[in-house]
Amino acid sequence: MPEIKVEGLSHVYSPGTPFEKVAIDGIDLETEHGELVGIIGHTGSGKSTFIQHLNALLQPSSGRILYNGEDINATKASRRNIKYKIGLVFQYPEYQLFEETVFADIAFGPKNMKLGEEEIRERVYEAASFVGIDQDYFDKSPLELSGGQKRRVAIAGVIAMRPDVLVLDEPTAGLDPEGCRQILSNICEYRKETGSTVFLVSHSMDTVAEIAERIIVFNNGNISFNAKPEEVFAHAKELEDMGLSVPAPTLIAESLKAKGLPIDGPVYTHEKLLNEILKAKGANKDA
Amino acid sequence: MLKDITLGQYFPSNTVVHRLDPRTKIVLCIVYIICLFQANTWLAYGLVLALTLSVMALSKIRPSAILKGLKPLIIIIALTCLLNLFYTKGTPIREGWPITYEGIERAVQMILRIVLLIAGTFILTYTTSPIELTDGLELLLNPLKRLKFPVHEVSMMMSLALRFIPTLIEETDKIMSAQKARGADFESGNLIQRAKALLPVLVPLFVSAFRRADELAVAMESRCYHGGEGRTRMNPLKMKKADAFAFILGALVLAGFIILRILL
Ligand SMILES: Nc1ncnc2c1ncn2[C@@H]1O[C@H](COP(=O)(O)OP(=O)(O)OP(=O)(O)O)[C@@H](O)[C@H]1O
Ligand SMILES: [Mg+2]
Repeated sequence: MPEIKVEGLSHVYSPGTPFEKVAIDGIDLETEHGELVGIIGHTGSGKSTFIQHLNALLQPSSGRILYNGEDINATKASRRNIKYKIGLVFQYPEYQLFEETVFADIAFGPKNMKLGEEEIRERVYEAASFVGIDQDYFDKSPLELSGGQKRRVAIAGVIAMRPDVLVLDEPTAGLDPEGCRQILSNICEYRKETGSTVFLVSHSMDTVAEIAERIIVFNNGNISFNAKPEEVFAHAKELEDMGLSVPAPTLIAESLKAKGLPIDGPVYTHEKLLNEILKAKGANKDA
Repeated sequence: MLKDITLGQYFPSNTVVHRLDPRTKIVLCIVYIICLFQANTWLAYGLVLALTLSVMALSKIRPSAILKGLKPLIIIIALTCLLNLFYTKGTPIREGWPITYEGIERAVQMILRIVLLIAGTFILTYTTSPIELTDGLELLLNPLKRLKFPVHEVSMMMSLALRFIPTLIEETDKIMSAQKARGADFESGNLIQRAKALLPVLVPLFVSAFRRADELAVAMESRCYHGGEGRTRMNPLKMKKADAFAFILGALVLAGFIILRILL
């Protein structure tokens, strides 16, 4: 049984007004437990709208979403409980920090779950260590932290609820390359340790290509591709028409291949590109 | 959703009334209110009603839009109606009944007065964008500068506030969603619990409002904003022929009403 099953999901904003807008138009989707799914699409393609349906923040205009076979919008209680199962980190989450201390802010989610004092403590420590926030920061005000630190505290606030599925909307937007890398490796680490499913929304092909096992491409409220990275990136032309690009390593590999360098198979991560170039160079030397 | 609340009922269009200078519309709106408040005969009320309906037709406002605007005031209207109905002295419609003929007349006139008052101001906000309104107001109040009243500053504050209302609403929506994703509950519990539950929304909202204000101030200063002194406009307001025509019409109507009042 798929962990998450989306059936004919549509969402219309402000229906029946002059501002009516179909943001998602009948999408179907299935994901298994433990997958790392990348979601990409141009601005306004419906990515954020879609992921807000996953934890019942938005209700479908039509269609439904099943989590382990059960409709998440079935009752008020199920709508509430799903938020602890499917943790959603919003775009620019640092703007929702509100508590006086970092510790209290990370503890907000677990507290809403009505857990015991000890349990909350344990979860806050665990979540903070996942995102690399030192205990020295626990008593500081979130406002004193740098942008990247704030972002990590905000992510910890969701991780502390120990969701089975972690959904992140543009977690690396507006960070420097080093900050991006750290957050991505934190996310990978978290997934490895807990075995949870991760949805990662991003504008950047390179980001998604580095870590995703499956890529879903949104275009004007529809899903255009839903496949392994190499299959998606084989459609460079279509992606470009949608205003997206293929990852930089793929482009480099393509032009090297055109210049006659023997490069095998699909290349879309920096690591693979490096290996291929080394191999090609090594082979040349041997000859 | 919060966003669906419409603030000010401005509806962009291109009718004669929309194209009038905001100053003309503000002044005529005041004239209209004066006429309405000194109307005391059925004839006068009928004239104001006819005037309202024709301007509504000119600006292509559907009556249903005005009725929507009246909805929140239904209680006030009902109350005024009842008070006038029962507490006006005169000849009772039946021996021993508390309702008098004069009471009925007064009640109907009061309802007409309130509805027409709302309709008049509604036409103004329906056909004039908030920015035009504040611009018009600033120019009209300009003479007050002599009395050291900060006309420009007040109108700048008004337009900034209007500009940021939708932004803040959007932001509130976003923060509420984010806290709901962490299990915040805004819908259940008693009044105190609900007020407390708003804290996680209000704190980030204020922080970001101050941040925005700060950024805006820097942005304005770095573009050399230094108050109203010597400032020119990109789209200066200009009176046109239609405005002159509207003013003459307004003056005629006002004069007509004064004559009516004296004669009757
Ligand atoms: N609250 C809202 N009310 C009305 N329309 C909305 C709302 N939120 C989004 N939309 C519209 O729905 C469409 C999809 O928006 P969405 O935020 O899902 O896009 P996105 O793929 O996340 O874009 P981005 O990459 O810029 O974040 C857009 O056209 C947007 O204008
Ligand atoms: Mg988005």
